[in-house]
Amino acid sequence: MDPTTLLLLLALLFGLYMAWGIGANDVANAMATSVGARAITVKQAILIAAVFEFLGAFLAGGEVTSTIRKGIIDSSALVGDPDVLILGMLAALLAAAVWLTVASRFGWPVSTTHSIVGAIVGFAIATIGMEAVHFDKVGSIAASWVVSPLLAGTLSFLLVRSVQWLILDRPNPELYARRYVPAYIFLAALNISLVTLLKGLKHIGLDLTAFEAIGYSVAFALVIMAGGAVMVRRIHTATATEMEDYHYANVERTFAVLMIVTACAMAFAHGSNDVANAIGPVAAIISTVQSGEVFQKASVPPYVLLLGAAGIVIGLATYGYRVMATVGRKITELTPSRGFAAELAAASTVVLASGTGLPISTTHTLVGAVLGVGLARGISALNLGVIRTIFMSWVITLPVGAVLAVLFYYMLRAALL
Amino acid sequence: MANYFEGIFGRSPFKPVQEHMDLCHQAAALIEELLARAGSQSWPEVEEIREQIVALERRADDRKRDIRLHLPRGFFLPVARADLLDLLARQDKIANKAKEIAGLIVGRRMSFPPAIQESALELTRTSISACQRALDVVNELDELIATGFRGVEVQRVEEMIDALDESESRNDDAQVRLRAELHGLERELDAVDVIFLYRIIDRIGDLADNAQSVGHRLEMMLAR
Repeated sequence: MDPTTLLLLLALLFGLYMAWGIGANDVANAMATSVGARAITVKQAILIAAVFEFLGAFLAGGEVTSTIRKGIIDSSALVGDPDVLILGMLAALLAAAVWLTVASRFGWPVSTTHSIVGAIVGFAIATIGMEAVHFDKVGSIAASWVVSPLLAGTLSFLLVRSVQWLILDRPNPELYARRYVPAYIFLAALNISLVTLLKGLKHIGLDLTAFEAIGYSVAFALVIMAGGAVMVRRIHTATATEMEDYHYANVERTFAVLMIVTACAMAFAHGSNDVANAIGPVAAIISTVQSGEVFQKASVPPYVLLLGAAGIVIGLATYGYRVMATVGRKITELTPSRGFAAELAAASTVVLASGTGLPISTTHTLVGAVLGVGLARGISALNLGVIRTIFMSWVITLPVGAVLAVLFYYMLRAALL
Repeated sequence: MANYFEGIFGRSPFKPVQEHMDLCHQAAALIEELLARAGSQSWPEVEEIREQIVALERRADDRKRDIRLHLPRGFFLPVARADLLDLLARQDKIANKAKEIAGLIVGRRMSFPPAIQESALELTRTSISACQRALDVVNELDELIATGFRGVEVQRVEEMIDALDESESRNDDAQVRLRAELHGLERELDAVDVIFLYRIIDRIGDLADNAQSVGHRLEMMLAR
């Protein structure tokens, strides 16, 4: 086998492994709130995740992939030395994937995104030097890790408050739930489609102007809202005993419809941001191997996005469904009227980040959104200790990813060159 | 494999607090039957009811300990942790009082004189209804969390607490009447018995007082 083919195969293999890991572990977090709130069953969650992770990765995963591929390392430092980049990206992929496997094994709160960014920065500093890193870009990525949970938390807080104000604080909350839930559905659908369409779908041959994009997004959101309105009308109302036990039983049932939509949005957002962690390095390797030079201008080839999307779905089908069932069973504190707020806030933030090409941690964003609900006095108990550990974990994840990447880089170089 | 995301959701203390209040109310509710049986001198039945009350009080104690053990300081709750633990302690006093009353009745084979038995039962009923109303208030906790302790739901709970206060003041009136009636009979009764009858009246009144204090503690949680 000639070395080029071998490198390509290794890249695809490692990329698939990483995507599998994301599908096996991360997706469960994205879907858990909907499953826990009993808005959807585990089976439905897997179906939604498979479809929308795929769509998110394929339709909206391009920007973040470009960032991982060429936004972190300065291309000029590597011209004429493509091997360093190829081996380095391979090492980064392997480092992140191995570190994630170990972390998931022990239940450590490690973010996929932080691992891969740490790994790429690590090998670049070790092999080429500090000047090889786009520190302005890395700085904005690091800033987005702080901003994204904050933004999601603020959004979810405001959403919970809006529900309290518009629906729950009324003499007849059921009536107002039926009236406003379709509006929230519209908001969720519009947000996702607007970011996706505005950013462009050129890679599937759909070239829209901004005006067309807005028009199509509104039309799409209206269709989804109409569908939601029909479902809201069809919900089975709670029995008198159920209402006696919990006065907001019917309101929750109405919100459960909304939670189906936000679950789709969450899966889409997760796919759009997290697929890049697996295939960003793969895309970098492929373009370098094929052209023989470093960092050509062409965008991410669609088939690479497809590979990542497929990897996530395989991970979900082989292992992720079990994680989803366990996590969903344990997260029962968030009923639909509050769970939707966490999901919608997180999904909006993540999709926004994907649109601007910022690789953020979906789980950390979701944790921020859940905290926002808690601050609105909407959750019976939040474990602050665990939350602190989750947010502190990236302090550890970055250096570990970096050191592992350097180690793997020298191992691969010894083995392959 | 373990998942870390689920770890951010702590075990909710509110459902267990509601169950604890339910046990306390059940214990208090048995006092009426206990006094009625004591009035007809059916001591084996009285003893049986006392055992039921003791068992309920023990279960409430276990539940209380369990809640305390699973409520670490690192939890972020929609109400202050100290407020919640204080509410729990006040609920617990209801079960303890019920046990004390049952112990006194059985230990001294006591019953109210037939002439004031009906008034004693009436007093007990008002105490139990105060406990029932306190339970109703505590059962609104999950609705309060759903609404973020705001709006119409808060008004509803405040109205329920007003009703509880009314129960307690009716209980005070019943107590005054019963004491007057007992005072009228004092000379015909054994002195030691009279002392203990007053003590039992006190304890039955305490049931309602404790129920009221549960309501007041919850009322303080509404404003934050």
